[in-house]
Amino acid sequence: MDIDVNAHRPILDIRDLSTHFQLGQITLKAVEKVSFTLHRGQTLCIVGESGSGKSITARSILQLVGHPGRITNGQILYAPDPSTEPVDIAKLSSRGSEIRGVRGREIAMVFQEPMTSLSPIHRIGWQIAEALVAHGLMNKKAALARATDLLRQVEIPNPEEAAQRYPFEFSGGMRQRAMIAMALACNPKVLIADEPTTALDVTTQAEILRLIRKLQVENGLAVLFITHDMGVVAQIADDVLVMYRGEVVEHAPVEQLFSHPINPYTIRLLEAARKLGMAAPPARAYVPPGPVMLEVRDVSLIYPAQASMFRKTKAQAAALKGVSFDLHEGESLGIVGESGSGKTTLGNCLIRVLRPSTGEVRYRNREGETSNLANASREDLKAAHREIRMIFQDPFASLNPRMTVEQCIGEPLLVNGLLRGRDLRLRVRSLLGMVGLPPDVASRYPHAFSGGQRQRIVIARALALDPRLIIADEATSALDVTLRGQILDLLLELQPKLGLSFIFISHDLGVIRYFCNRVIVMHRGAIVEIGETETICTNPSQPYTKALLAAVPEAEPARRNLLVA
Amino acid sequence: MGRFIIRRLLGMIPFIFLVSVTVFLLIKLTPGDFVSNYAASLAASGETVDDAMLESMRARYGLDQPVIVQYWDWISGVMQGDFGYSFQWQQPVISLIGERIGLTLVLSVSTLLLTWAVALPIGVYSAVRRYSFGDYFFTMIGFLGLAIPGFLMALILMFVGVSVFHTDVGGLFSPAYVNAPWGWDRVVDLAKHLWVPMVILGTSGAASLIRIMRANLLDQLHQPYVDTARAKGLSEITLLIRYPIRVALNPFVSTLGFVLPQLVSGSVIISIVLNLPTAGPLLLQALLGQDQYLAGAFLLLLCSLTVFGTLLSDILLALLDPRIRYQ
Repeated sequence: MDIDVNAHRPILDIRDLSTHFQLGQITLKAVEKVSFTLHRGQTLCIVGESGSGKSITARSILQLVGHPGRITNGQILYAPDPSTEPVDIAKLSSRGSEIRGVRGREIAMVFQEPMTSLSPIHRIGWQIAEALVAHGLMNKKAALARATDLLRQVEIPNPEEAAQRYPFEFSGGMRQRAMIAMALACNPKVLIADEPTTALDVTTQAEILRLIRKLQVENGLAVLFITHDMGVVAQIADDVLVMYRGEVVEHAPVEQLFSHPINPYTIRLLEAARKLGMAAPPARAYVPPGPVMLEVRDVSLIYPAQASMFRKTKAQAAALKGVSFDLHEGESLGIVGESGSGKTTLGNCLIRVLRPSTGEVRYRNREGETSNLANASREDLKAAHREIRMIFQDPFASLNPRMTVEQCIGEPLLVNGLLRGRDLRLRVRSLLGMVGLPPDVASRYPHAFSGGQRQRIVIARALALDPRLIIADEATSALDVTLRGQILDLLLELQPKLGLSFIFISHDLGVIRYFCNRVIVMHRGAIVEIGETETICTNPSQPYTKALLAAVPEAEPARRNLLVA
Repeated sequence: MGRFIIRRLLGMIPFIFLVSVTVFLLIKLTPGDFVSNYAASLAASGETVDDAMLESMRARYGLDQPVIVQYWDWISGVMQGDFGYSFQWQQPVISLIGERIGLTLVLSVSTLLLTWAVALPIGVYSAVRRYSFGDYFFTMIGFLGLAIPGFLMALILMFVGVSVFHTDVGGLFSPAYVNAPWGWDRVVDLAKHLWVPMVILGTSGAASLIRIMRANLLDQLHQPYVDTARAKGLSEITLLIRYPIRVALNPFVSTLGFVLPQLVSGSVIISIVLNLPTAGPLLLQALLGQDQYLAGAFLLLLCSLTVFGTLLSDILLALLDPRIRYQ
């Protein structure tokens, strides 16, 4: 523990904090009687699933909860140094000058989505410098010079030039670095990071976590880190606060929480994280491969050079470079890679949402006839699409909100003219049963369901046509960790019953390892490595795969693999 | 940026050529011509019409030539700055429309500025104080402005002007200045008369712009980057102006492209009611009387204004938003 011995008084002391949302007649208790302390140099992680109130707690500290949310009770005592009397932030007006003096100057915040959290129309340098000018610390020129220094501190190459750029010209990791530079501009004493690495790849996440730790040590920062990822918690936390439905259910030092969790919810959370972790035993036995059903040969996709209105032409870009692999019947094949590695593009090329520039996608259908989907006729393609279905990432966006569950699931059957009327209703009910939903939900609309239930509906829809192959593109990424395990188990259970094969696209090696027999590792549009999941996860041969594996945070505080490196 | 403007200007040339062809063909598509119209109006007033005289008129105006020849005569003249001759007015087109187009532009631009000056702050206020009394009040005014036809409002304002303020509200000049040469007094007189049509023409535009601004800003107000700016410690007003309003201005600027021609051509009825010496009424007359060169010149100018307005708004957008510049 890095607690300074002189610091008797914590820098932040939160007592009985309640933040409620008044929605008409209903009061939503987003945060209810939360108490904790944060000390200088300490890292406190708040962990919980979506809707647990962890973000609202963080926002309450800076009075950033928007209407109709309101702090209804409690104290937020902030003591910039141990000798001074603390200020109660909860008592300050959310628009007054006192709270503005705290925001950015004393307590700074880093948000989750580095793209939308940066202004699209201002230069990076100015966005960093702005806080310095706003707090009257420097004039504009000096502030811009410091912005360049800060960009160097967060290890952005070529900081002078980067300061002149706009956020959309940066990659996700670079944007988050810029965001951290912005937060650190005024040398704050507390850094609140709200899921700062959730939108990033594992390798980038590892870099950002290392960066935050380095800056914490250099500047003696107290860090309040909000995350849903137990792996990240194990890697960086000193203390952990577990939240569930707005309340703190457990608060303990990290080693104790991982070794002796008390609350049943914490235990569930840890179990789910470990089940999908890299140290867990694989969920499935080795299956001898059936006959090949999909042969992908030398598929490339090249986007031609494009003329631009204001700039010179963009060079042509290869999204996929000579990808070849086989898929056997009854197999689950994982495709893993960082964002931009071409894994989704590959999935789209397989069902010809995108047309590959070269190469063949030979699919052998139920009757044993083979056709090349890369240049198949419309009829052949339509027939193949009945046997190959997709599941997408976002269960909220992939269901039409104006259609009932029955209409959503029945649509593919109706469109293909296979079933109607009573038969259709019966089929929908049996599909709902298959994915573990009661048949009486059929007449309800998607908004009545949680994320996990919606993903079950999406799976039921994919199963409607009795497919042979399901391509799941990040199908569990939008779900909380406990739900993720449940959905994967559901698919594993259905697979032998329905004779399904899967192509499972994910950035999450833990999920892939749990679910897939074989895995393809992709990088920059090409296959780096392909092989059995266990072999690749325990004994990778390629340096890129090794780097990818090393960046996965282990859910064991005793094995901090990320920050040591 | 310079390359972009040049390319766009070059792109306008074939477009305006196509417009000129379409305009001319449309005018010629209506049955009859100026001479047969003229004959009909003579016959209506009981005068006898001599066929030989009509034929000689046709020959004099070139109306007996094939359409393609007439078009070529017209367009080659236009390219040298000669817009032809108005049959109705027995004057060169250029001298007829010169001042009218000028006054139309003065009226349009000042109306546009008024519209923006009114719509921008009210739209911002309505968005920031959503569902407040003021928001409901301005929303109601806005819907009234959208719903009341311009000519009706013109009549009401004229009535109020005459009966309450005892001022002369028709036209753009007092009788003493209508034909006076340009001078300081005439400008002052114009300014005195300009406000009535400005208010009437601007009301519906301002009402819709208020709604557009309100909706745009509401979309932006709760974007994460606004929270980021707030977390830096900026004051509410600074961050409002610097971030969400800046971004919400984009669609606002895009309106320039279609507001400009709308202000010129959409005001025909109001101009007739208010007796304004602008382009609208003359255009209507020219179309009714098949005064082909006068009508053609007007329509060509209106289309050019549209194209030019769009270019102007595109340039402004690119200046305002780096994402457009760099894509």
